[in-house]
Amino acid sequence: MSHLSQEKTPILTALNKYRMDRIVPFDVPGHKQGRGNPRLTAFLGKQCLSVDVNSMKPLDNLCHPVSVIKEAEELAADAFGAANAFFIVNGTTAAVQSMILATCKRGDKIILPRNVHISAIHALILSGAQPVYVNPGVNTRLGIPLGMTPEDLKAAIAQNPDAKAVLVNNPTYYGICSNLKEITELAHAHNMLVLVDEAHGTHFYFGEGLPASAMSCGADMAAVSMHKTGGSLTQSSLLLTGKRLNPGCVRQIINLTQTTSGSYLLLTSLDISRSSLALDGKAMFRKVVSLAQYARDEINKIGGYYAFSKELCDGGAVYDFDTTKLSVFTRDIGLAGIEVYDILRDEYGIQIEFGDIGNILAIISAGDSEFTIERLVAALYEVKRRYAKDPTGMFDHEYIAPQVEMTPQNAFYANKKMVPIGASAGCLCGEFVMCYPPGIPILAPGERITEEIIDYILYAKAKGCFLSGTEDITIENLKVVDV
Amino acid sequence: MDLWFTEQHTKDVCFSIRVEKQIHSEQSKYQRIDVFESKEFGRFLTIDGKMMLTEKDEFIYHEMIVHVPMAVNPGVKNVLVIGGGDGGTIRELTRYGTIEKIDLVEVDKRVLEVSRAYFPEVSEKLSDKRISFYFEDGLRFIREKENEYDLIIVDSTDPFGPGEGLFTKEFYGSCCNALKENGILVNQQECPYYADYSKFMKRAHQCMQEFFPVCRIYQAQIPSYPSGNWVFGFASKGLNPVSDLRDSEWNKLGLKTRYYNTDVHVGSFAIPNYIRDILADTTEQQEF
Repeated sequence: MSHLSQEKTPILTALNKYRMDRIVPFDVPGHKQGRGNPRLTAFLGKQCLSVDVNSMKPLDNLCHPVSVIKEAEELAADAFGAANAFFIVNGTTAAVQSMILATCKRGDKIILPRNVHISAIHALILSGAQPVYVNPGVNTRLGIPLGMTPEDLKAAIAQNPDAKAVLVNNPTYYGICSNLKEITELAHAHNMLVLVDEAHGTHFYFGEGLPASAMSCGADMAAVSMHKTGGSLTQSSLLLTGKRLNPGCVRQIINLTQTTSGSYLLLTSLDISRSSLALDGKAMFRKVVSLAQYARDEINKIGGYYAFSKELCDGGAVYDFDTTKLSVFTRDIGLAGIEVYDILRDEYGIQIEFGDIGNILAIISAGDSEFTIERLVAALYEVKRRYAKDPTGMFDHEYIAPQVEMTPQNAFYANKKMVPIGASAGCLCGEFVMCYPPGIPILAPGERITEEIIDYILYAKAKGCFLSGTEDITIENLKVVDV
Repeated sequence: MDLWFTEQHTKDVCFSIRVEKQIHSEQSKYQRIDVFESKEFGRFLTIDGKMMLTEKDEFIYHEMIVHVPMAVNPGVKNVLVIGGGDGGTIRELTRYGTIEKIDLVEVDKRVLEVSRAYFPEVSEKLSDKRISFYFEDGLRFIREKENEYDLIIVDSTDPFGPGEGLFTKEFYGSCCNALKENGILVNQQECPYYADYSKFMKRAHQCMQEFFPVCRIYQAQIPSYPSGNWVFGFASKGLNPVSDLRDSEWNKLGLKTRYYNTDVHVGSFAIPNYIRDILADTTEQQEF
């Protein structure tokens, strides 16, 4: 696939040269290669601080790349099979926002599932776009939202033929994939652009036998969290675009919200990780898939837990499954996922990615070994042995169809008042409520608050979920639209 | 030629042995294994640069990890040894005719093969008919066992690298579950003197207390190990290592030992105050 040498790492090479040249800095950052902040240097290391530098001619400029960053972005585009790639240092949040801001103006319609990451709805507030939600469907046993079916999209398009774009989560946090190829063809046939939140799908571009990647399906834009499963530093990410997008315009949109002081630590981590993925990705993800499969088999032997995988695939809302994900349904042992998540950390020193009402998710990566997997499996045995309870009476569903009555932007900027959460039923929500992780809003601005939603929020709070998004940090009160 | 093996006991303390020659070196799937010949300690085995055993002083470790629990419950029939691929613990155990079954779980088969090749006196009893071998992670092996063993001996490497899982709460919980009513768990718990090691002793001890009503430590002097002062953990579901010691019964067996005797047994459970204080301290140590 590659016509460029993926062994090259232009940003790394430039930084090494910068260091060898022993440049005397009279520019920012003021720690001056670490010398001005010995305590920070002692903690992070001299090497790290010495390349925490500012944009300069030999190191290029992230806002207007013409040399080494440009070359590194071209290498990334080549490795991912994209027309263009943009390095993002403000998190995948910035990549998702740029996708929406680049395609939807104020009042434009965008079709998306409701179980999107908060960053997508934040972008709706920024752009003023009008969301058209497609019900993702729920697996009622597991309580997890699923993917987007072409049928549901067809119906949404029929009702909203003027929509500008379709946004798809692929894969979802839990590893569920949609039929991206058909969705893309359908959207394109109706002159809509396809945006893919591929935050959890970096490995799709490099592993074997994994679900199809956004670019391979002809999608127009994809936000790829290199830092999640690609090995780069936290907050570094990629925005990939296809042939239909004008790269200059996309760059301008990115620059609306992205820092002008792009971190070279983050940039070089993208550069190095891209090279490693292109060169060794196959072997890396072969190992990850086999470790995850081993863990699933062992966890399913325990009894009570259900580590799910491809057997969920039904050709529709679960078109494919990402087998590198280790999602485990815990409700049958009488524990909410969030309770297992807390026990694992507090009692066993094991930090997993998240726990929700019915499931936990462990991220397996190239950094894992059979020994770390054994610890997780052994701890799950112990958790069951020591903490299992009667599962009756536990909350058993997760997706509540939203009633959108105002655009997120209008609701967010409307006159609002504070009401106690228990008395908020019937009001129009003026802010976000979500559990983090996974960071999927339970309520977004412009949505009608119902008793069912309030029950869900109170239950999640009682079980120890980390709720956020509200102005009232104690989540006792909600800000609602004052009508 | 001046050739020395050096092990860094802490970042500021080194321990060196003059080496006559290096006999073996390999990187197994899990770890680096080396064998050296020296004048002072004889042949010695290191794993990832850490001293595992020397011909001269290995008897201390192996006698203390086996005879202490055996003298408290000489009726032990089913034993599980986790780690201990060198065979020293097995050698001591096989001296008891009353033991019927020994399961040896060693993650790295190469340790066993290297010991067989270069330490015949340590590994001589690895061919005993009562032994079943399992080459896998101890944490994996034990998690499904229930009410099966009278004695579990954890003869592990240090709690960094492949041995890490054997110092965790999930492991001790599984051990408790795998032991019978009178069961005993003995493990090596590092050195009490240097903070880098004693934090593991403390953590192990405090974790084990959550599962076992009886939880004690005992000491031995092992010259080739960090600080020379080594600690073992003794945990049981009821048997007390001192008041339940069956000394006359054990002495009647007539086993010839070089370090262990029933007086040493009792004395080894006398713990200096500074170690008691570490064990009683429930605050977390600062890592840096």
